[in-house]
Amino acid sequence: MEPLNALVTFANFVLVPATAYGAQLALGALGVTLIYGILRFSNFAHGDTMAFGTMGVILATWGLQAAGISFGPLPTALLALPVGIAVASALVLLTDRAVYRFYRGKRAVPVTFVIASLGVMFIYNGFTRFIIGPDDQQFSDGQRFIISARDFKELTGLDEGLALKTTQVITIVVALAVVIALFWFLNRTRTGKSMRAYSDNEDLALLSGINPEKVVVVTWLIVAALATVAGTLYGLDKTFKPFTYFQLLLPIFAAAIVGGLGSPVGAIAGGFVIAFAEVTITYPLKKVLGYALPEALEPDGLVQLLSTDYKFAVSFVILLIVLLFRPTGLFAGKSV
Amino acid sequence: MSALRPRDLALFAVVIVLFVGTGMVQSWNVSLTILNMGLISAIMALGVNMQWGYAGLFNVGIMGFVALGGLGAVLVSMPPVGEAWAAGGLRVLAGLALGIATIVAAIAAWRRVPRWRGLVVLVVLLVGFFSFRAVFDGGVAMVEAVSPATSGYLGGLGLPVIIGWPVGGLLAAGAAWLIGKTALGLRSDYLAIATLGIAEIVIAVLKNEDWLARGVKNVIGLPRPVPYEIDLQGSDGFTQFAAEWGWDPITASTIAVKLAYAGLFAIVLAILIWLAQSALASPWGRMMRAIRDNEVAAEAMGKDVTRRHLQIFILGSAVCGLAGAMMTTLDGQLTPGTYQPLRYTFLVWVMVIVGGSGNNWGAVLGGFLIWWLWVQVEPLGALLMQAITAGMTDGTWLKDHLLDAVAHMRLLTMGIVLLLVLRFSPRGLIPER
Repeated sequence: MEPLNALVTFANFVLVPATAYGAQLALGALGVTLIYGILRFSNFAHGDTMAFGTMGVILATWGLQAAGISFGPLPTALLALPVGIAVASALVLLTDRAVYRFYRGKRAVPVTFVIASLGVMFIYNGFTRFIIGPDDQQFSDGQRFIISARDFKELTGLDEGLALKTTQVITIVVALAVVIALFWFLNRTRTGKSMRAYSDNEDLALLSGINPEKVVVVTWLIVAALATVAGTLYGLDKTFKPFTYFQLLLPIFAAAIVGGLGSPVGAIAGGFVIAFAEVTITYPLKKVLGYALPEALEPDGLVQLLSTDYKFAVSFVILLIVLLFRPTGLFAGKSV
Repeated sequence: MSALRPRDLALFAVVIVLFVGTGMVQSWNVSLTILNMGLISAIMALGVNMQWGYAGLFNVGIMGFVALGGLGAVLVSMPPVGEAWAAGGLRVLAGLALGIATIVAAIAAWRRVPRWRGLVVLVVLLVGFFSFRAVFDGGVAMVEAVSPATSGYLGGLGLPVIIGWPVGGLLAAGAAWLIGKTALGLRSDYLAIATLGIAEIVIAVLKNEDWLARGVKNVIGLPRPVPYEIDLQGSDGFTQFAAEWGWDPITASTIAVKLAYAGLFAIVLAILIWLAQSALASPWGRMMRAIRDNEVAAEAMGKDVTRRHLQIFILGSAVCGLAGAMMTTLDGQLTPGTYQPLRYTFLVWVMVIVGGSGNNWGAVLGGFLIWWLWVQVEPLGALLMQAITAGMTDGTWLKDHLLDAVAHMRLLTMGIVLLLVLRFSPRGLIPER
């Protein structure tokens, strides 16, 4: 029994990656939940908004790299983030103007918006593939590790190493900063409060003189920023591929629903619930248990509960359990 | 519901012109290839239209039901692999039975156990899961070890592939029952997400469970319901027939095979349309639309809304499964790696919305029209791009990029078509009446 090694192995393969992934999902789910709260529909184009924003970041990163500008040990993509956010903002505002505003004016039922978002999804997807192509893009540069597994072993004298990738730490730090800024904005500023009021009770908000169009514009801006940041962090941590971003839609929606649609706190909690469940269940726990259990009990198999290809199944099963037992989500969201 | 109006007939005439035009300009082979997939697309659109148009259910898991249908075709038509069955077939089945028993036991425990039931259910699930894996994994390993390059799976029943079509529908119906039981009766968004999830899971299962249908190694060479081209070319009767008409026997044989498929598919489509139209005109159809338009009022009239939703959800999914089985038959292979939601789920949605939700003829029209467009956008886009880039010098970065990007014009076009129809003709080309 070597509890310390067990802990380090667990942290290395489950805890740290899942935290980073959870942060990315949480940012994505925040975008979905905000649109749901303010504009009142499930935005199927969100994954592709992330892909589009990230594409902006990647192109800007390449530009900066070509110009010889770098961010020291940090990825250049962080410098390029504002460009990506600006591009994504322009895109979603344009989309809102051209597509969603018409249906808002008609007070169309939510499902009309959802179908419109399917069309938008096709178009964004087409744009992204048109501009950058459907292939994998690596755009992470700078220092790869904060602590590599070998350094950690030498430092602590343990058999197992704990590697901390730069991208993982950046993910967590950036996500934390973004979430704090978002909550400060929603709770402390006048615009943020009017957004929450609009989300809670549209008619009352209109009566008290809140300008709905302004609320909508601000929401889209925030959503574009969140989507770009989430997409960039995911792309830095793993890799950028338009189709993967489209597939992120499922865990992101699962996170938003598990947390309670419309509830920002819930979106964050949901993101981490989904991420931890996914990583734990699809990671072979043999090594961890080998260290944690007495020798007699050491498992023979890999103790991988499900193969990694079934990660969607994990988000899905959690989603089903929550739907069955607590349909409004962990943090009672809307149940319109 | 009523018969087609002149304007609708004109729209169908446009479709005919498109296909005849393709035949004249490109080739009849191309035209018939598009037509065959168009027939299948029309059936998928019919299925989705039942769910969305009759009942307002938002299903975005069509891909999964289509793939399950394809699995049905494989499981029925491929010859059984006796060696694999002898090696571990029964063990795999026993493992699956154990898995199902676990779930049943967990549900029973949840209902019956008076105290500590959460804990009891958890224990049941954990014990069941590990014993399932213990039995199942061994069996799978044995089955997959049987000449993995050529089989490595259990095979099917070795029956005619046509029987696989309804079986594919039944498989899809089973999956739909499972989803419907949990997600119907909740908010509409939940059904959307649940179906999106089940579709991904079905594809993941098909990709990974090699013992079932060889996973990404693909099952190829499915038996056909129609003769092979090579046999036609070898038969004297056919070559003489072709010679009498002055046709090249090779071209004639490929066209004859495609026509045979088209005939089969057209029969299925005709039966389905007839059934769908009669159902929509019956009291049952009126009830469905009443429920869709006002659930509360329908419930007040004593209609069991959730039950009816479940019913129509299963029916629509079964139709999609049937179409999936037909598609796998047409392709002659099941390739789980090629199933993509944009193509198999959202494109069908474009068909339904563009054609006219709530109208069976509209869905069929949308199926033909959008499928034709989906295929033809690429050559048309290539022509357009060549026109745009004609002025640029050869070999420049932008020109190469633009010419390469033609392949992605499809998605863009579909999105624009969907948004335009939704905005300017929200009830579709042939609206509900």
